[in-house]
Amino acid sequence: MKRKAAIIGSGNIGTDLMIKIIRNSSVLKVGCLVGIDPNSDGLARAKRMGVEICSEGIDGLIQMDIWKEITVIFDATSAKAHLYNLEKIKPFSDKKIVDLTPAAVGPYMIPAVNFDAELCNKLGLVKAVDSESVLNMVTCGGQATIPIVAAVNRIAHVHYGEIVASIASKSAGPGTRANIDEFTETTSEAIQKIGGADQGKAIIILNPAEPSLVMRDTVFTLSETADRETIRESIHAMVAEVQKYVPGYTLHQEVQFDDIPADKPVFIEGLGHKHGLKTTVLLQVIGAGHYLPEYAGNLDIMTSAALAVGEKMIG
Amino acid sequence: MSKKKLYIQDVTLRDGMHAIGHQYDKHKLKSIAVGLDQAGVDAIEIAHGDGLSGGSFNYGFGAHTDWDWLEGIAEELNHAILTTLLLPGIGTIEDLKKAQALGVRSVRIATHSTEADVSKQHIEAAKKLGMDVGGFLMMAHMNEPKKLAEQAQLMESYGADCVYVTDSAGALMMDGVADRMKAFRDTLSDNTEIGIHCHHNLSLGVANTIVAMQNGANRLDASLAGMGAGAGNCPLEVLIAVLNRMGEHTNAAVNQLMDLADDVIRPLQKRPVRVDRETLSLGYAGVYSSFLLHSERAAKKYGLNTADILQELGKRKMVGGQEDMIVDVALDMVKQKSSSLK
Repeated sequence: MKRKAAIIGSGNIGTDLMIKIIRNSSVLKVGCLVGIDPNSDGLARAKRMGVEICSEGIDGLIQMDIWKEITVIFDATSAKAHLYNLEKIKPFSDKKIVDLTPAAVGPYMIPAVNFDAELCNKLGLVKAVDSESVLNMVTCGGQATIPIVAAVNRIAHVHYGEIVASIASKSAGPGTRANIDEFTETTSEAIQKIGGADQGKAIIILNPAEPSLVMRDTVFTLSETADRETIRESIHAMVAEVQKYVPGYTLHQEVQFDDIPADKPVFIEGLGHKHGLKTTVLLQVIGAGHYLPEYAGNLDIMTSAALAVGEKMIG
Repeated sequence: MSKKKLYIQDVTLRDGMHAIGHQYDKHKLKSIAVGLDQAGVDAIEIAHGDGLSGGSFNYGFGAHTDWDWLEGIAEELNHAILTTLLLPGIGTIEDLKKAQALGVRSVRIATHSTEADVSKQHIEAAKKLGMDVGGFLMMAHMNEPKKLAEQAQLMESYGADCVYVTDSAGALMMDGVADRMKAFRDTLSDNTEIGIHCHHNLSLGVANTIVAMQNGANRLDASLAGMGAGAGNCPLEVLIAVLNRMGEHTNAAVNQLMDLADDVIRPLQKRPVRVDRETLSLGYAGVYSSFLLHSERAAKKYGLNTADILQELGKRKMVGGQEDMIVDVALDMVKQKSSSLK
């Protein structure tokens, strides 16, 4: 029997995740989509799809009959709202939470890099819901790029990892727009913690072009010098790993390498003058077109990764 | 409409960074700032060309950090206000606080011309820090006057003291500037100032700045010898000369500025800042001026023409900050070339 999930947040991400669970999941079903605006497009969509809805946030959800049947909670609100939601959910030790906001309270989770059964098992055994048992999905840009940083780092130590995420303006909801700093800060930190870089930097660009442009992500690393072919193969293998849960994730160009010689180093804030091998990886993420059209790869990579994690948590 | 006092903001030490790959020596930078202060400009902007924390593979690493460039400058200025630039998505509020602690009293928060709402948290934070705040609507040619004014109104509602028409691609015609100014004037409160930031790619830097002033702008951006991205900004010494001839009052001394432009700034320009095939292509194709040096490097590396790369970037509607797409475009062009040879 499918276990029930609640999705808090009826914006772009929450609604996309709802559709993904309904269409793709063999182990989860949507118990409730929770919003705060009864007139939101997401809640209207849920109603049309026969999904139970709640327009009074987490407080409303806890009062509903379905609450006790909910196993997994996906939080797709905002970093600030997540903190509030977490406090409300804490007394209910049977719930598992996947955090899709950039709140970064719990440990970062990039499925292709650091998902292991043991970690999730351990979380299953945690009796109380605390910050350690809430897996945080970093950011859309982080999901797309940190696997690549890790792929270089497993071959040659990465001194510095930098990512640029370009997304279509239409795919950035009001929550994302009001909290751009959370994107850059959370992604930068996860480039270090999960990607393995000594230092991370993240940049996000919104492009309003019509028709909307597909999500693009670029990764630059400065690592120790190593065999280029080995790094290239590691990156290709990692892309295949991510493709398992995000089919539209591809290398848009072959991996590019440049030597940064010792006599012409780059000056990186916090690291000083550094030389080594610069690797440039140009990615593209075509969305599944579930809630927003295919250009919104940023939605797809986030919700696909979160679903993969949510399924494994109960599996 | 009351006529507001002209306010000349120098961008030699911020936009000018683009012209030399963000490589100002910090001692040199300080001496230029002091020179500008003595010459009577109202504000001096200092940061990496792409704003605070712009140093990166994508935009180029600076010779120093923003903090090293900014340190010890405020103390040396007798008249000019120390200002900086921040692009949400690149720099953060933490960066803004660091800059403020170094004596920065004014900041421009820059977004693409249709994305003003990403500036809300930064404008509000800057106001809370007690700073003067300008909203900087980049690539202004990509949004029509009325809609651009609506974006300006958003910035005003977050607390911006001034909103700029920022012609990052140097692509606006004089009518285009005038129409945007009129739309701003019709939409914004009388207390909100209006600014203009031009690039000289179509040789209209000074003309467009004057047209903006005649249509209600009082904060005018310029740089010594036009030192800036692409064909540069509105050249400061020329602007002051023109304003003097028009009988407009500023605090700036044209002779001192001419000396600084020719004796100090021009010798720094390894790639001349001027209207030429490449920089004209920027204005003609409506492409972000900062793409210039990156595109020249990509053209050299992959055996292509810079102007072709720039025009393709324009076709693909790339916006400011998407420097990573220059190599992407170049690689696509290489593929196209080799497949057409087969």
